[in-house]
Amino acid sequence: MKTDEAIKTELQDTRESVTFGADRNKDFSQEPMCLSGRGVTRVFHTGKTTTVAVDHVDFDFHRGELISIVGESGSGKTTLSKMLLGLLEPTEGQIFFKDKPRDISTNQKKKEYWQGIQAIFQDPFSSYNIFHKIDSVLLDCINMRGGKNKSKEEKFAMMKEACSFVNLKFEELTNKYPFELSGGQMQRLMIARIFLLKPDILLADEPTSMIDACSRATILDMLLNLRNETGMTVIFITHDIGLAYYISDSIYIMEHGKFVEAGKAEDVILNPKAPYTKRLISDVPKIHEPWDLSTVG
Amino acid sequence: MKNTLKNVFHSPRFLVGFIIFMCILLTVLIYPYFVHRDPLQGLGKGFLAPGTYVSVYDTNNTGTYRVELPEANDNRLEASVPVKDRQTMLDFLKAKGTDITGLDTSNEHFHELIEVWRANYDEADAKKNKYEGFATQAKRNELRRLNNRLSSDVNAAMTVTKGEGDDATTAAVATSDYVKVDEVANALTLPLGTDNFGRDTLTELVKATGISLLVGLLAGSIATFIGLAVGLLAGYVGGVVDDVLMFIANIFTVIPGFVLLILIYSALGAESRSITTCAVIIGITSWVWTARSVRSQVISLRNRDHVNLSKLSGHSLIRIVATDILPYIMSYVVMAFILQVSSGILAEAQLSMLGLGPNPNELPTLGLMMNWAKLFGAYTSSNAWWAYFPVILVIALISFSLNLMNTGLDQVFNPTLRD
Amino acid sequence: MAKLMLDVRQLTTKYITRTGEDVYSVDHVSLTIEEGKSLGIAGESGCGKSTLALSLMGYYFPPLHYTSGDIIVDGKNITGMDPDTIRKTVLGSDVAYIPQAAMNALNPTRKVGKFIEDVIHAHELPMDKKQIREMAEQRFALLGLPVDALDKHSVELSGGMRQRVVIAVSTILNPKVLIADEPSSALDVTSQKMVIKMMKDMMAKGLVKSMIFITHELPLLYNVTDDIMVMYAGQIVERGTAKEMVFDPIHPYSRGLMRSILVPEEGTRDVKLTAIPGTPPNLKHPPQGCRFAERCRYATEACKFNQMPLLDIGGGRYYRCGHSVEHLREVYEGED
Repeated sequence: MKTDEAIKTELQDTRESVTFGADRNKDFSQEPMCLSGRGVTRVFHTGKTTTVAVDHVDFDFHRGELISIVGESGSGKTTLSKMLLGLLEPTEGQIFFKDKPRDISTNQKKKEYWQGIQAIFQDPFSSYNIFHKIDSVLLDCINMRGGKNKSKEEKFAMMKEACSFVNLKFEELTNKYPFELSGGQMQRLMIARIFLLKPDILLADEPTSMIDACSRATILDMLLNLRNETGMTVIFITHDIGLAYYISDSIYIMEHGKFVEAGKAEDVILNPKAPYTKRLISDVPKIHEPWDLSTVG
Repeated sequence: MKNTLKNVFHSPRFLVGFIIFMCILLTVLIYPYFVHRDPLQGLGKGFLAPGTYVSVYDTNNTGTYRVELPEANDNRLEASVPVKDRQTMLDFLKAKGTDITGLDTSNEHFHELIEVWRANYDEADAKKNKYEGFATQAKRNELRRLNNRLSSDVNAAMTVTKGEGDDATTAAVATSDYVKVDEVANALTLPLGTDNFGRDTLTELVKATGISLLVGLLAGSIATFIGLAVGLLAGYVGGVVDDVLMFIANIFTVIPGFVLLILIYSALGAESRSITTCAVIIGITSWVWTARSVRSQVISLRNRDHVNLSKLSGHSLIRIVATDILPYIMSYVVMAFILQVSSGILAEAQLSMLGLGPNPNELPTLGLMMNWAKLFGAYTSSNAWWAYFPVILVIALISFSLNLMNTGLDQVFNPTLRD
Repeated sequence: MAKLMLDVRQLTTKYITRTGEDVYSVDHVSLTIEEGKSLGIAGESGCGKSTLALSLMGYYFPPLHYTSGDIIVDGKNITGMDPDTIRKTVLGSDVAYIPQAAMNALNPTRKVGKFIEDVIHAHELPMDKKQIREMAEQRFALLGLPVDALDKHSVELSGGMRQRVVIAVSTILNPKVLIADEPSSALDVTSQKMVIKMMKDMMAKGLVKSMIFITHELPLLYNVTDDIMVMYAGQIVERGTAKEMVFDPIHPYSRGLMRSILVPEEGTRDVKLTAIPGTPPNLKHPPQGCRFAERCRYATEACKFNQMPLLDIGGGRYYRCGHSVEHLREVYEGED
């Protein structure tokens, strides 16, 4: 339902390129644990066939870290992300949230958990309820963070701040619907939403894959900014290994529901050990290094 | 939302369907204010063809007017003397030796023929059996009867009796006497005639259309409500709930709906079958496909990201279903509802046609009218088309308009069908 | 100079929208491809890449309409031919087109071999079943495809195999120009590599005389094609060899595209990743001056009002900008 002309809502763009705030090679292993998992498994039964979508994976995500989970379609990364978000329960294994076993057995506990983890999804067009206006999307976030009793002016100021964080003019968005925006703008509004919610963990499921490459720098820059300001952990799920290498602190490579390799970005990409990682990296076309076509069947 | 509504009314199909349906609905609503007749009141005996009926009794008591209508007289004469009799007249004149050149049996020369006849035929001569050319007594009597008819028609003679007993007066009514139609106390206009019970078909039809629409609406509402509830629950909650609900739905699919309908219906007995029972039973046997399609729509919506985000915002199940799922399938539900209404009306008509309809002594329905027409031979022996053809037309129009509205809506809501 | 396989002169095509407005999504495009060469077309979504690919076939169906210009394939002008002639004599034999979702275009109820028969029959070539089969087997073997795939239904093949089979089937008549519109975007990287390898093979063996390759993935384009052409809002904004285009783009838009490249190799982490703000203009009402002016950080007032011609700076290099090459290079150097 994309309209012909997206709303002209951008503020004068001052940041066109991605800026990394802190040290790019910071060691996060000393930071407190944010989310970790041991033997996390998810099995699906459809009729008589049993599919192991995620097969005994272990992971440790530290505070403030940007982790990429890289896998091709069918590798189980979507199932894993749903388990991390608490939308699916693992059939086996345990997920720890801030060093305590995660408990989302009741609606109340789920609500509490979701104060700590939020998500941005791949397709901005299906991420919004087309019947809700932009104001109500943002107001919902304020209410969720206990801002129900704030005055109208305060709420307005918060929404304005969130929008200007992502270079959108809030005045021009009131009474508009999300689908009147362009794809990139919609994804930025999603970041504004996270800005208001300020979770400990942000799970970004391919947030730039539906957006033109030349616009994704803006989104990535805003995500990094948000992390630097709030110190949240970002779990970046992607199939684009170049993007994962560029942006993340550590990388988990996923194949057939298992992590075949994990470590610091530099190590995983420049010195891959697992055969799958090696193949994946060699199969991606490159610019400076030659792309060896002879390695395939 | 406003825009969608505008689009809906810009769809020509929807608009045509809507106008037809509204015409039917308005007729049903307004008609009773103009015609106060009880739809089941018998007016006459048996099938009366469409037309205006005047009570013969009442015409006697209405002031008469002498109107000279030459043409009317002519028409009456021409109609009363068929070609066969005209030939007899010509034969007589020829036998008598009269010159009959230029005379024949056609209407143009009929007046000249009468003139020549009057000049040559003598009643007195006839009584004395003077016309030998016509040998037998029978032939001569025929000539006399013919002459009588000719003269009585021209001068008009019929006596009618006014009043009763001693007050009775007899008066002759000439063919040129007329009564004014609107002065006659009891004139009945029956645009669609009467049915076998002598009931005004039009009034009955309007009432029956109203009742059938009500049955359809009620049955459609019940079916859509059950279908929507089952579909939402099975689709969104999933798991065991889904399995159980779909098991029930499968049972309903396997048993032919119409047979089930007939079984339930005949078990109830004619007396307890009211209009409402009829609608409820149709409703609870036809929700299955609504439930199935709502379920499949909900399943595809359930995995959409906006539903996941809504969950992450901590919204309750009811709120998610009401705000994140229901609005998306609403257009679809409206379309399903329209079709359910249409099929509800048809189901009632089918049931009643088979004699399983609502109690026939209370109210007419379209199906019951068809049933009566069938039972009393309107199709065959009486050839009373007015007793069934308008009913068929109304059923077809209702279902046509509803289906037209449905496809119009489909075109608006379904972007792949837009041209 | 080598023989020209495709010579497009000032081609303009338009879409007519439901409301009856004209949208010129290919606007006076001229390009040439020599025998044995390949040309890549890059650009954001909605810049007219795919429309150009459709237009180059010379076969138009609503809402796409031909407006003006010439398409000359190996000396034969195919504009103005009636659709039936084009289908019988041009498509498949002169120009072959592979759309993005090509692998889903195979009728699942028929075997792969049947599609090759269809292609032969559509062109009314005098071959019997046995000859066709022989030819198909030879071709599959030449391209390294399993010959038994000919007797399989498309659903029995994997996505990557299906895509390669489609390409093999549509190039069975050795077309002079192969137009591939995102042929590998829907595939995983390994299948993508296999498809690319086969296409390069076909070029090397002369089965396809020239190729136009359309994708939004610049690293792929860099590795596949000889030349790269960047399109923006229906116009060509720059053309040059792949190397020049990636390492020394002149037009600010091309530069923006090239600076969004991320590949898993050494040095990527130090790339200065930049964005082009805003969205492409609505072609129902194209801007008066340079179409990129609104998003260009180097735009002057004059850029917004003056139409920009496509400048030829020699060596097969073209660009469309109001600034001089020297000025732009200087500005770019100052930034790094």
